[in-house]
Amino acid sequence: MANSYYESADLRKFGKITEWSEELGNKFFDYYGKVFEEGALTAREKSLIALAVAHVVKCPYCIDAYTQDGLQKGITKEEMMESVHVGAAIESGATLVHGVQMMNKYNKLSM
Amino acid sequence: MAIKSLHARHKDLAQTNRQLEILNGGPFTDGELPRFEDKIAETGHFPLRPGKLEILQINVGYMCNQVCEHCHVDAGPDRKEIMTRETMEQCLEVIRHTGAHTLDLTGGAPEMNPDFRWFVDEASKAGIEDFIVRSNLTIIRANKKYYDLPEFFKSHNVHIISSMPHYTRGKTDKQRGEGVFDKSIKALQELNAVGYGLPDGKLRLDLVYNPSGAFLPGDQAALERDFKIALKEDFGIYFHNLFAITNLPIARFLDYLIASENYEDYMFALVEAYNPVAVENVMCTNTISVSWDGWLYDCDFNQMLGLKVASKIKHIKDYNEDVLNDREILISQHCYGCTAGAGSSCQGKTT
Repeated sequence: MANSYYESADLRKFGKITEWSEELGNKFFDYYGKVFEEGALTAREKSLIALAVAHVVKCPYCIDAYTQDGLQKGITKEEMMESVHVGAAIESGATLVHGVQMMNKYNKLSM
Repeated sequence: MAIKSLHARHKDLAQTNRQLEILNGGPFTDGELPRFEDKIAETGHFPLRPGKLEILQINVGYMCNQVCEHCHVDAGPDRKEIMTRETMEQCLEVIRHTGAHTLDLTGGAPEMNPDFRWFVDEASKAGIEDFIVRSNLTIIRANKKYYDLPEFFKSHNVHIISSMPHYTRGKTDKQRGEGVFDKSIKALQELNAVGYGLPDGKLRLDLVYNPSGAFLPGDQAALERDFKIALKEDFGIYFHNLFAITNLPIARFLDYLIASENYEDYMFALVEAYNPVAVENVMCTNTISVSWDGWLYDCDFNQMLGLKVASKIKHIKDYNEDVLNDREILISQHCYGCTAGAGSSCQGKTT
């Protein structure tokens, strides 16, 4: 047993999840593959979205995977960092917008 | 950025047998990864044999004005292996009679061979359909004596294929050296100025993209689109096609992979991206590679690994296309580089 919760080599084994639930695993990977094909958005744009989300959900596997994917697609480090800021801005905005709820509650309870 | 070749630095990896030892070891010894021969055997492609010869690729020398970090030739200014006129004469004899439709001159920087222009002049008289010179672009700006190369290429109707790892300065210079980007841009503009690469022009100018690090190339068409937009908008540059080429784990790229602790992950990535369809079109099945000293190889990579063709005919002086074509192609784990994803060859993707 590995003595760490995250092992970078485990990313290579992602496909193995299908072994314990073939139908659902296959459906997921088919869907996943389809999502990242060129569509109304380019594969390049999707890769940057994935990188931003990877940071927001704080998934080290996804960060490794989409940094590499970005390099493969010729995405620059400036573009990658800006996408991380987009994720961070939405995440901190989501926290801060709850400040309005706090203000509402405060005002309601206060004389 | 390296400043000297592995040879000049007397590195372990300058020895081809050491490279082959590494390629055949590690995850390929304990069955963690399948060996290339077993992988292609799954679809009945082992042993790999040539089809019709289409491309004669001649390496006129390992000397180069650049020392790119990923170079599979381990080329550089300190390499003295240069094709002599005598060997060129032997090549010309073959070029005049070959059934191949493409002649592909490479190096090093082929232009640095003192007999380069004479050779191009003579070879162009053979009337081969597609006559390629792989020019690294910066050579055109390296010294006054090379400034007229665009005109020279044009007058011989040469097809230019040039390396350009990215359309931004940072990524290009990191891989190829300080100042390479600006010189390459200038050279491309000069090639455009004499008529190369123009949208409906007949003078072919293609670019080669290879990743500047331990990752595989992305979709060739998407990269071509991004390169075209950026180079046109930023510099007014036009070119025809972009070839996305996978870095094979040999020579300086292998050295880099090991030093950066990326070797194992890279081999896993190559094997994972294995595409059986790409095997059908691997370039060793339609190419013969000739070294500066006239030896024959299945491809430029096998040349750099010192793996001469498995045929009675091993040297250009004894060249016989029919005998040569009846051979088994030599393979090792580096071959996974040509079968990953959409496939990779000196002409870009293969599927």
